[in-house]
Amino acid sequence: MIQEKVLTWFLACRTTDVPENGGVCVKYHDEQIALFNFSRRGEWYASQNMCPHRQQMALSRGMIGTQNNEPKVACPFHKKTFSLVTGQCLSGDDCGDIKTYPVKIENELVYIGIEE
Amino acid sequence: MKIVVIGNGMVGYKFCEKLTAKAQPGQFEIVVFGEETRPAYDRVHLSEYFAGKTADDLTMAGLDWYAENNIRIYLGDPISYIDRDQKTVRSHHGINESYDYLILATGSAAFVPPIPGVEKEGVFIYRTIEDLEMMTTYAKKAKTGAVIGGGLLGLEAAKAMIDLGVTNTHVIEFAPRLMPRQIDEAGSNILKAKLESLGLSIHTSKNTSEILGDQFITGMQFSDDTKLDIDMLVISAGIKPRDELAKLAGLETGHRGGIVVNDRLATTDPFIFAIGECALHGGMIYGLVAPGYEMAEVVATNLMGGDKSFTGFDMSTKLKLIGVDVASFGDPFVSVDEGRSIVLEDRMKGVYKRVNISPDGKYLLGGILVGDAEQYNMLLQTTKNKVVLPPNPEDVILGARGGAGNEGGAGVANLPDDALICSCESVSKGDICKAVCDGNETMDSIKKCTKAGTGCGGCVPMVKDLITHTLKSQGKYVRNVLCEHFNYSRQELYDLVKVHKLQTFDEVLNKLGTGDGCELCKPPVASILASLWNDMILAKGNDTAQDSNDRFLANIQKGGTYSVVPRIPGGEITPEKLIVIGQVAQKYNLYTKITGGQRIDLFGAHVNDLPAIWSELIEAGFESGHAYGKALRTVKSCVGSTWCRFGLHDSVSFAIQIEERYRGLRAPHKLKSAVSGCIRECAEAQSKDFGIIATEKGWNLYVCGNGGSKPQHALLLATDIDSETCIKYIDRFLMFYIKTADPLTRTATWLNKMEGGIDYLRNVVVNDSLGIAEQLEAEMQTLVDNYKCEWKEAVENPEIRKRFTHFVNAPESKDPSIQFEPMREQKKAKEWK
Ligand code: SRM
Ligand SMILES: Cc1cc2nc3c(=O)[nH]c(=O)nc-3n(C[C@H](O)[C@H](O)[C@H](O)COP(=O)(O)OP(=O)(O)OC[C@H]3O[C@@H](n4cnc5c(N)ncnc54)[C@H](O)[C@@H]3O)c2cc1C
Ligand code: SF4
Ligand code: FES
Repeated sequence: MIQEKVLTWFLACRTTDVPENGGVCVKYHDEQIALFNFSRRGEWYASQNMCPHRQQMALSRGMIGTQNNEPKVACPFHKKTFSLVTGQCLSGDDCGDIKTYPVKIENELVYIGIEE
Repeated sequence: MKIVVIGNGMVGYKFCEKLTAKAQPGQFEIVVFGEETRPAYDRVHLSEYFAGKTADDLTMAGLDWYAENNIRIYLGDPISYIDRDQKTVRSHHGINESYDYLILATGSAAFVPPIPGVEKEGVFIYRTIEDLEMMTTYAKKAKTGAVIGGGLLGLEAAKAMIDLGVTNTHVIEFAPRLMPRQIDEAGSNILKAKLESLGLSIHTSKNTSEILGDQFITGMQFSDDTKLDIDMLVISAGIKPRDELAKLAGLETGHRGGIVVNDRLATTDPFIFAIGECALHGGMIYGLVAPGYEMAEVVATNLMGGDKSFTGFDMSTKLKLIGVDVASFGDPFVSVDEGRSIVLEDRMKGVYKRVNISPDGKYLLGGILVGDAEQYNMLLQTTKNKVVLPPNPEDVILGARGGAGNEGGAGVANLPDDALICSCESVSKGDICKAVCDGNETMDSIKKCTKAGTGCGGCVPMVKDLITHTLKSQGKYVRNVLCEHFNYSRQELYDLVKVHKLQTFDEVLNKLGTGDGCELCKPPVASILASLWNDMILAKGNDTAQDSNDRFLANIQKGGTYSVVPRIPGGEITPEKLIVIGQVAQKYNLYTKITGGQRIDLFGAHVNDLPAIWSELIEAGFESGHAYGKALRTVKSCVGSTWCRFGLHDSVSFAIQIEERYRGLRAPHKLKSAVSGCIRECAEAQSKDFGIIATEKGWNLYVCGNGGSKPQHALLLATDIDSETCIKYIDRFLMFYIKTADPLTRTATWLNKMEGGIDYLRNVVVNDSLGIAEQLEAEMQTLVDNYKCEWKEAVENPEIRKRFTHFVNAPESKDPSIQFEPMREQKKAKEWK
């Protein structure tokens, strides 16, 4: 894998702090990042917490799942869905896309990669 | 090549969209000037602004779209001058741009007839979001209103006035009938009667001679010497193309307005095109969006080197909003020698249908539908595509008789592949069927890949029929399966989960589904589990399968706070408990309101505060009100025989008993009930999922009523029954509903879809025709016995309590983005953008 940008790995929380197949919100300076433990797939994802549709800080409380095997999150407000891989809005109407972040797990600790 | 577009309305925008979609990046430099301050928005659905759509919802594409496509856009800056020799334009703010080709998409303005007094305050036109905003403000102090013009837009404006609270609204039409360009006199009469029943007063053949009042409008004077006192007036007497700029530049315009264009939409200057409502083609101004879009397509194609002409357009229309269906298609007024008409008129029901048929009886030429326009799309297609009519042409409006009636989707099969289904985006039947075959099997994905249904939306039912039809013809069995992860309907799944005794979402998915689940299947499965076993809904593994509201045991609000609704059974509450609610609200700074369900809602709670708030409420004897769940909500009561001089039985006690029996019960959708102490029905029991009304001899039980957007009265299930029998029937009724309804289906909709209707339901519930009554009662009793207040469990369980934080890594901090605004001594959520 070619990594173009320098990443800072920020320690977010312990793996057990995040509910299985659900999300939590992580504070990183003034940013809010939604972190998801997709335990059914053994995968972790992170994205901006703000839903672009109505600027609500809500994606971490959304429901995760898949669409054609692509992991996604549904905003609890109006159920717009976003790919957790590409950040693309999957709901057909262009309410905007979301930013996603890489996540790594080491020793039961969750790190989120932030571009410098 | 550099293109300048003047006007950023619907058509101007569509032109940009079409050109950028066809062109290579960098092939064109596009500059847009718009006079309005916002980017193009959907004027066709302007009236939905009153129904709660925001300016944002109506926007066709945000400014970032223009940026992404390298389109330079200047808003709030109209072009005031075109120099055709230099090929430049100059804006009001003094920006000069040169062009290779210029596109005029300046649209039209409302036509205001020269009646003395039109300049007075309180006189409006209805074309832009600004107009609506001004009307909204003014309407606050208006009681009586009028609309000049009984055409398509006038009637829409009249409906808008009613929505604004101007309930006494008059429609003034100069012609002898309403919608004179679309419907005939008989149709107009039926429409008029219908509109009057909605509360509008209709005056035809009436000519306004003066608008009365000093600074503000106070009334209207008519030429027949009558007068009308009004506070507010909307003029909707037609449109006037915006051709002033073209005129100034010396381009040819029509004497009744409009920029003259040829079949390629070029004006008299070959470097300048005009499209949309400002263009005069073949002596015609097209005041509809679909022809405008077609014009945009023609010009974009030709600029790309293609060869396309505009050859006129069908003017069929359907009125959207007024609450009465009206449509006209093809030639609505065929005369005797051009063909013959078949008319169906039912004054009782307020339905008028007319179809015009060619003299040889083979083809449909056009027609009018009032009161019931369900067949509009089908008839329009039959007309446009010259589909040969059946031997009894009246079948097209009456429906084939003697059989099962119109089976969904049967009609679309006969259309040719090139039949235009979505005229806004010119999508044909062939395009849609192909997209379905390529795997786009939902309305959403069809919208996304073909754009069909994204314009006026009129074709959506037909597109749905086409999807079903295509899937069926591929041999796919179409049924209400949950989503891509479960190939079962909710009813099938309920039975399977029960048989296999599955307890968690993952178990259900492993055994009965595929993949990883999604927001469509998780809530119904979680609800089935709750209905079957009534375990704590936040028990591990099922918590994240719950809808977000259930997961936090509270309703999420605008801005991200939550509401708190304690159960107040039957609406009865002691002063002590009222005081506690007040104290809790004060302490946590919550907005309080009496709900429509006879209890008190506390709004604006931070997620972090929820456990503490509930601890205090539980301490005082409150329980969860399940306002967040697809569960029993309230059982409303009237005061009944303990105080009321007409009361026959103690409706409050019975309501409390009922509410406590079914509290916490999870169902496919929410459940509401009420108990009234006599036939005056002060508790509104007949609008509930199950409602009970006292009689001399006992209770009458009504079921399957609904408020909401499609209100429906409940139907009588049993009469004069005692309390015990009443509860027995409700047990059976509710369990039967829980077991068989589709997700998010209220009891009313469930009954509407049930073959045999209320008689069948009565047979099952009262006469036990399926022999399952005892089982249903036993299942309900298990659920009742298993009830626990889930908020009590949540606050007592540190593991669950811990999840009520906003930041996982800063559990003490609340979400700093939450903002409130003061309002009437309380607070409200900050308005979202
Ligand atoms: C608070 C309240 C309005 C009020 O201030 O009075 C209210 C508020 C909401 N209603 Fe309601 N409804 C309230 C009484 C009603 C009533 C009146 C009644 O119950 O007598 C109705 C019509 C009766 C009916 O349901 O048949 C009603 C019909 C709806 C509907 C339409 C249901 C339908 O079948 O069409 C929805 C939408 C839905 O559930 O899908 C809805 C949805 C909502 C939601 C849950 C919208 C949402 O998802 O956020 C609102 C939640 C507010 C919150 O955050 O707490 N609300 N809602 C009322 C709470 C009653 C209670 O004490 O629990
Ligand atoms: C309430 C309402 C309901 C409607 N319902 C329907 C319906 O159900 N079905 C249907 O098909 N049609 C309907 N219409 C008509 C439809 O909205 C129009 O046909 C369509 O908007 C025309 O698009 P346009 O781009 O030609 O004009 P517009 O949308 O009017 O856009 C023209 C734009 O150009 C701007 N402009 C003008 N002069 C200049 C200048 N010199 N410089 C810069 N900018 C300028 C104007 O400010 C305006 O923003 C409805 C219209 C209204 C008002
Ligand atoms: S329904 Fe009957 S008992 Fe109840 S308040 Fe009205 S009149 Fe009284
Ligand atoms: S705020 Fe997220 S979908 Fe509307």
